[in-house]
Amino acid sequence: MGFLVDAFLKAIHLILRGDPATYSALATTVYVSTVSLAASLLMGIPAGFLLGYVSFPGRRMLRTLVDTLLSLPTVLIGLLVYGLLTRRGPLGRFELLFTVHAIVIGQALLALPIVTALTASAVEALDGRLRVTLLSLGAGPVRRFATSLREARYGVLAAAVTAYGRVLTEVGIAIMVGGNIKWHTRTLTTAIALETNKGDFAAGIALGAILLLLASGVNAILYGLRKRA
Amino acid sequence: MKKMGRLVLGVSGVLTLWGSAWAGDAERLLMATTTSTEATGFLDALAPKVKEVLNIDLQWVATGTGKALELGKRCDADLLLVHAPDVEEAYVQQGYGINRRRLMFNDFVVVGPSEDPARVKNCSIEEAMRRIAGSGAPFVSRGDASGTHVKEKELWRAAGFGNEFAYPGYIETGQGQMATLDIAAQRRAYALTDRATFIKFGQDPSRAASLRVLVEGGEVLINRYSLITVRPEKCPKVRAAAAEKFTDWMVGPQGQAFIEAFRVGGKAVFFPDAQGPQ
Repeated sequence: MGFLVDAFLKAIHLILRGDPATYSALATTVYVSTVSLAASLLMGIPAGFLLGYVSFPGRRMLRTLVDTLLSLPTVLIGLLVYGLLTRRGPLGRFELLFTVHAIVIGQALLALPIVTALTASAVEALDGRLRVTLLSLGAGPVRRFATSLREARYGVLAAAVTAYGRVLTEVGIAIMVGGNIKWHTRTLTTAIALETNKGDFAAGIALGAILLLLASGVNAILYGLRKRA
Repeated sequence: MKKMGRLVLGVSGVLTLWGSAWAGDAERLLMATTTSTEATGFLDALAPKVKEVLNIDLQWVATGTGKALELGKRCDADLLLVHAPDVEEAYVQQGYGINRRRLMFNDFVVVGPSEDPARVKNCSIEEAMRRIAGSGAPFVSRGDASGTHVKEKELWRAAGFGNEFAYPGYIETGQGQMATLDIAAQRRAYALTDRATFIKFGQDPSRAASLRVLVEGGEVLINRYSLITVRPEKCPKVRAAAAEKFTDWMVGPQGQAFIEAFRVGGKAVFFPDAQGPQ
């Protein structure tokens, strides 16, 4: 029990004292998770919409495939992205390995199936009469997309929240293609892994508390968005 | 619109300034290294000094020696700081590395529960390994191709066991040294560790009581760390000049003095090794 109290005090201390290494890890975490989420939303919402709204041959199979990709382990994504980005790999000349960009690419791949699958589910769950109504009113495809998406907005928001939670907390990708480099690619989760390796469990839990604090802040903002929507 | 343009210009200007202040104008040097140099805080202490003296921004990826060498082979690091001399020699001979220099050493120790069920205390290392396996006492291995794991396999071979070694009490963690020691403590098992990590482990009083050093000393348990530069002919992007500057400084009097002065909880954990025969 004393262990947890210790950790809690340490968390407050790290935040209030403005420990630069902690703030650096926090900033890196916010950056990579936000950019990767934005990228996955940009690709995943249209893809999920098509998957849930339009019927085409092979749609069932594609849907099953996306659902399967929900179980992609982060270390496997890490390994695949490593294979792409290593200087000996196909994208090696861009020298992205062990940079925040590498983490963003990996985390976007992690979030993409989540956004796609949950958006598709939300769109599928729409009242069937909406489509008929829009068609009978002579709405064009863009208009139908916009209106249907608007009706499915809570589902899409839920998709975003779920995906954000996933990228915020993952460690496999960040450590493998980010390299946990101090001041550069160290995120809160890889910092926790490191403190555990150092045997400083209290510091690890303190960083975990900061991560939870960040998550609750993000969720509060999203909840506010939802109330206004 | 003009206002907007100015705003964008201003913001990007600030970002650029911030970015360059963050990166500094120091030359970046990426080192792939082993977990013990990071977990002891050695590199955290070294990096600011290197920045100040050499104007090199030392960055590192800490992993096992096996993966560090693999990163070097794939040109993903400039420099390696590793501790598995036999594997390193092969690595250099295969043409992947240059300028291999002995840097520092400490030693490996066999640790275990204080009740010492296999009765290995003060045995020779060969005898200790035989007694552990013979008694079936639990032994926790890194199992991750790290320098310590390579050494452990060497010790089993020297004690007369085969390459594909295992017995029911033998467990592999696949994790870093600190996690492996924790598992050994929980399982009341034996383990091989570098002394630096064990000293760090023992700083927590609740854990210090759980494991004891039982076998130590002798040339065979010396743990040597070397620097190797990734060979620029194989990997043209390697920052060879910075690597050379850094290596020269580390094996020179100032770098060696830094190693000698480094302490974990008042104890020396690494010892200068550059002066001996290479």
